[in-house]
Amino acid sequence: MEMINIIIDNKPVQAEKGKTILKIAREIGIDIPTLCYYELDGVNLENRPGGCRVCVVEIEGRRNLAPACATEATEGMNIKTHSLRVVNARRTVVELILSDHPADCLVCSKSGKCELQSLAQRLGIREIPYQGAQSTYRKDMSPAIIRDIDKCIMCRRCETVCNVWQTVGALSAINRGFEAVVATAYEQDLVKSPCTYCGQCIAACPVGALSEVDQTRQVITAISDPTKTVIVQTAPAVRVALGEEFGMEPGTIVTGKMAAVLRTIGFDYVFDTDFAADLTIMEEGTELLQRISKFMAGDKTVKLPILTSCCPGWVNFFEYNYPDMLDVPSTAKSPMQMFGAVAKNYWAEKLGIKREDMVVVSIMPCVAKKFECQRDEFKVDSNPDVDFALTTRELAELVRQFNIDFNAIEEQDFDQPLGESTGASVIFGATGGVIEAATRTAYELFTGKKLDKVDFTELRGLEGIRSATVDFDGTPINIGIAHGLANARQLLDQVREGKTNFHAIEVMACPGGCIGGAGQPFHHGNFDIIRKRHEAIYREDAGKPIRKSHENPFIQALYKDWLGEPCGELSHHLLHTHYFDKSKHIEIEG
Amino acid sequence: MTKIKSLADLKAMKQSIQDKIDTRQKGNAEGLAHVKVAMATCGIAAGAKQVMDYMMVETEKRGMDVVFTQTGCMGYCHAEPTIEVTLPGKEPIVFGYVDLKKADEIIEKYIRDGELVDGIIPVNYQTINK
Amino acid sequence: MHLLVCGGTGCNASKSQEIAETLKSNLKDKGLENEVQVILTGCFGFCEKGPIVKIMPDNTFYTEVKPEDAADIVEEHVIKGRKVTRLLYTDPENKQHVADSKHMGFYKKQLRIALRNCGFIDPQNIEEYVGADGYTALAKCLGEMTPEQVINEIKLSGLRGRGGGGFPTGLKWEIAAKHEADQKYVVCNADEGDPGAFMDRSILEGDPHSVLEAMTINGYAIKATKGLIYIRAEYPLAINRLLTAIGQAREYGLLGKDILGSGFDFDIELRYGAGAFVCGEETALIHSMEGNRGEPTFKPPFPAESGYNNKPTNVNNVETYANIPIIINKGAEWFSKIGTEKSKGTKVFALAGQINNVGLIEVPMGITLREIIYEIGGGIKGGRDFKAAQTGGPSGGCLTTKHLDTPIDYDNLVAAGSMMGSGGMVVMDDTSCMVAIAKFYLEFTVEESCGKCTPCRVGNKRLYEILEKITKGNGTMEDLDTLRNLGRVIKDTALCGLGQTSPNPVISTIENFYDEYVEHIKDKKCRAGVCKSLMQYIIDPVQCVGCTACARNCPVNAIQGEKKMPHFIDKELCIKCGACIEKCKFNAISIQ
Repeated sequence: MEMINIIIDNKPVQAEKGKTILKIAREIGIDIPTLCYYELDGVNLENRPGGCRVCVVEIEGRRNLAPACATEATEGMNIKTHSLRVVNARRTVVELILSDHPADCLVCSKSGKCELQSLAQRLGIREIPYQGAQSTYRKDMSPAIIRDIDKCIMCRRCETVCNVWQTVGALSAINRGFEAVVATAYEQDLVKSPCTYCGQCIAACPVGALSEVDQTRQVITAISDPTKTVIVQTAPAVRVALGEEFGMEPGTIVTGKMAAVLRTIGFDYVFDTDFAADLTIMEEGTELLQRISKFMAGDKTVKLPILTSCCPGWVNFFEYNYPDMLDVPSTAKSPMQMFGAVAKNYWAEKLGIKREDMVVVSIMPCVAKKFECQRDEFKVDSNPDVDFALTTRELAELVRQFNIDFNAIEEQDFDQPLGESTGASVIFGATGGVIEAATRTAYELFTGKKLDKVDFTELRGLEGIRSATVDFDGTPINIGIAHGLANARQLLDQVREGKTNFHAIEVMACPGGCIGGAGQPFHHGNFDIIRKRHEAIYREDAGKPIRKSHENPFIQALYKDWLGEPCGELSHHLLHTHYFDKSKHIEIEG
Repeated sequence: MTKIKSLADLKAMKQSIQDKIDTRQKGNAEGLAHVKVAMATCGIAAGAKQVMDYMMVETEKRGMDVVFTQTGCMGYCHAEPTIEVTLPGKEPIVFGYVDLKKADEIIEKYIRDGELVDGIIPVNYQTINK
Repeated sequence: MHLLVCGGTGCNASKSQEIAETLKSNLKDKGLENEVQVILTGCFGFCEKGPIVKIMPDNTFYTEVKPEDAADIVEEHVIKGRKVTRLLYTDPENKQHVADSKHMGFYKKQLRIALRNCGFIDPQNIEEYVGADGYTALAKCLGEMTPEQVINEIKLSGLRGRGGGGFPTGLKWEIAAKHEADQKYVVCNADEGDPGAFMDRSILEGDPHSVLEAMTINGYAIKATKGLIYIRAEYPLAINRLLTAIGQAREYGLLGKDILGSGFDFDIELRYGAGAFVCGEETALIHSMEGNRGEPTFKPPFPAESGYNNKPTNVNNVETYANIPIIINKGAEWFSKIGTEKSKGTKVFALAGQINNVGLIEVPMGITLREIIYEIGGGIKGGRDFKAAQTGGPSGGCLTTKHLDTPIDYDNLVAAGSMMGSGGMVVMDDTSCMVAIAKFYLEFTVEESCGKCTPCRVGNKRLYEILEKITKGNGTMEDLDTLRNLGRVIKDTALCGLGQTSPNPVISTIENFYDEYVEHIKDKKCRAGVCKSLMQYIIDPVQCVGCTACARNCPVNAIQGEKKMPHFIDKELCIKCGACIEKCKFNAISIQ
């Protein structure tokens, strides 16, 4: 490794050649403020347009200030990161941004978590010296994402995430000069764009220009309605991130506290999506085995690989981009929707109430779930199986609204029977987890043998695309895993061209899987937070007494009592779905 | 059309063209007048094309043998359209603000009789000797 | 014999019409009206010494001629054949009278190198280009020179980029040559965008082959086989001529495979721009060519390392290329003798504004502004006073009377707070308000900013708004400090050349015309009478006879008064349209 000698703020520093000034400075504890710069180092995603000019530094001998984020240090550089010239320029630049930014911080969804707000505070800005025009655009509401691009500061993070990480291309810079913002093509509604509602744009947005649709009010109304039985389910990834909202270390597992606060808030039944995840494994695992068996028997109508279908962003993506391959993904509904179907059919019947009188709320790490639960095929007489999908952040808001001391509250258990789950369901929250859970079950069903070692570490990790071959007692099963839709696209293109020999592929849209979902507490580009949630997910799995879905006693009971057999007739009716060609839904009006 | 395959080809071609251009510029034995019309965007916008068309038709009608070529911007934007007239054995003269009336005057007086008319643009630059 | 009398605006103002009449009547008196013709000409450009009378065919050049000199000219020169010595031009250097205009210095003020073929050859006829030495430079490079020698020749010539930045061309080629790649590109930047500038368009329309030849030489020097010309779609004639020229060059084997039997392949295609000013910036231009949003990216990496399709790319401007064949043909030494120490060769300017000879000129580097205005440009319109010259387009600044004798080159212009730019030169007289001028250019940059970086996107808008406030009469002295600080920060922090230079018009006008800003702010006065909000229409009660013509014609009923009594204007209602002044027959209404 070639090293260079530079001077930063009068300190001689030895640094690796090729590194930017920003990175070198941060390594030695000099915090150069940034705004547009955004990095998820764990998945090699970087947004550094060098556009905001907040990170400018003075380099001796150069006429102009240079952006630290985009300038590589070279031998002998003498850099001042906080000289008078730099501080004045930086402050002026932030004042300029603020002068074209609505000052409605009081009611902004990002207030308190806004990077622009904290930057203004850090630079001691008490007034905005420039009065002038502000660019105004309309607010665009979609089922999941709200675009309030008056607040857009052209950092381009969302554009990079949407185009580079997801290859969705719903958002890009439009217009020029003062009017420039990041928006959909021709500034049309998001619903007319190829947006998958993955929401990673929201996760990346440093300000409140992009946010999720807030449904906490509707949920409170439902709880307050005595005629309604309100049921809540919680996704696996929520329990390893919710604590962050209350000052806990990332990676703290708060399953019991979460159940306790939900009960305190007033939900009638506190259930777990993990239960439905086990159910998903039963259905999807069975489907996988059926397909593999038929395929091996030479049935040409069967398509392999099977693709997982629990990620709603991913489902939207292939409906838009791979309409020719709609028979490839598993037909199994997502765990959230399976839960809704079970709740509104099985559990409502058990309670002896009409489905209209039951409200199902889900707590999700995800923004796309808000869209998924509104899909027509998941409704019966316009009554949805899942009424509201709140994000982890929205739950935290409820906790604060109800003045619940999250740190102090005693842990509680989920209600039964839909609250019981296995370790296999917990790992749904991390990339590779669904396929690992499926493997644990499929192995035993396929081979008829007991699996001794349930940890398939070869399927774990944070690499964007991974593959492994699992030995099913002599039959090699090839598995592919992708997180991020760009990575998924790579795999899918290979599948389309017939270049792969995968039996199954798991896809998650968000970095790290659901733990990095767009509904999770903001990580502001600190990938270590996602790493810690990742570790916590597998810790939770390891601590569970039962770690294979098909061993969940309540799942077994459900099949015995009600469903019959996996992929049976009732399952087919209630737990499976079909997909639509949405490639024509993208509207471009000139 | 033959391809130029070598430097020698190029030189030969240049020589033959040079002879043609020299003849045209100096005026040949038959004494052909040569008119160049500045036809850049600005000239055309100011009406150079109409002037050129008019002059070509008119000189032919009046039985005068005149060679016309188009050329690029002469730089006299303030005086468009501009044309350069070279009579046999004489220095080229540039006329500016050439409308159809002026064109007629140039044909009748300068090209036919060698009598100068108003509207000459004095050329005030050096060219490189090639 | 012909007597040519300058009929240019400047000379006309100093009685050239009368001179011509007097000459004619003198000739008639002598019975010479049929032998000797008096002709009015366009401007000679030498208005400082006007009016001018030139005698043909002996090229005698009389300066500062008065109507009463007519008799002498006819008597002495026409009849007796003796030159009127006192009217001859005196060379300022050797104090000698110069009789033949061919030997006069001002004829050497312009030197056409880049424009050498413009207006001489038929641009759509490759044979004419070949006849004018065309493609001999390419033949020389391919046949006699190594790529290194070509680059070295360009380096030695001292040629710097004519697009605005002034980066040494040879060095640029050398860097692109050093980067190895399976494919390299040569790009001609024909995205000319400065308001009022049309040098590149003229070259492409008048001499397209010179650019094609130079690009091919460039390709040979850096080992690129593909050339692209990025040209704005609103230059249809230039596009047309380029396409014709490319077609001809291919037919003649001067583009394509194995050019001139050398084994070197090179071809050129066009790429059309939509007219965004920022796409003249080379990284933005490359992104636009790739089909992406036309906005700049941070350098490094420079295009020479990673440009079009991430391959090494050399980008030069049209005028730069037009110089290349001549440098190869006549040698670096010849070229480097023209111009100043650090700026070699000539520069083409599009001369515009309040100047008599609006037009395209090419002058050696080092010429003074005075020479351009008074010896080429024909002086200021209407004989008014020179106030400022704006160079470098919206990125440039203003030169004032104190810069009239500064030799114009890259470095001096930057030192004077302006820049060379691509060659726009707008000359202004005292009817121009410098605050309004600064506002005009900022309006352009605000409009043309890509919006990528904060200082340019928001900062320029704020600068513009403050200027707007000042021209409306609402400015404060603090606004001047804000303009200065904000201008400095924008220059210091903007991402590309557009933003880094956009405050120049503001900064340089504050520097050079501080009083005018203060007048706008403190006295609410615009001395040039440009800023409408600061003007007041006033009826002089003494002059006004109460004819009611003004009141009847006021579109907003702002004028009141009894018939036959003095009228008055309600300032609140007045929209300053000027209709009343037009109608008043008694000169009773004035603007203050």
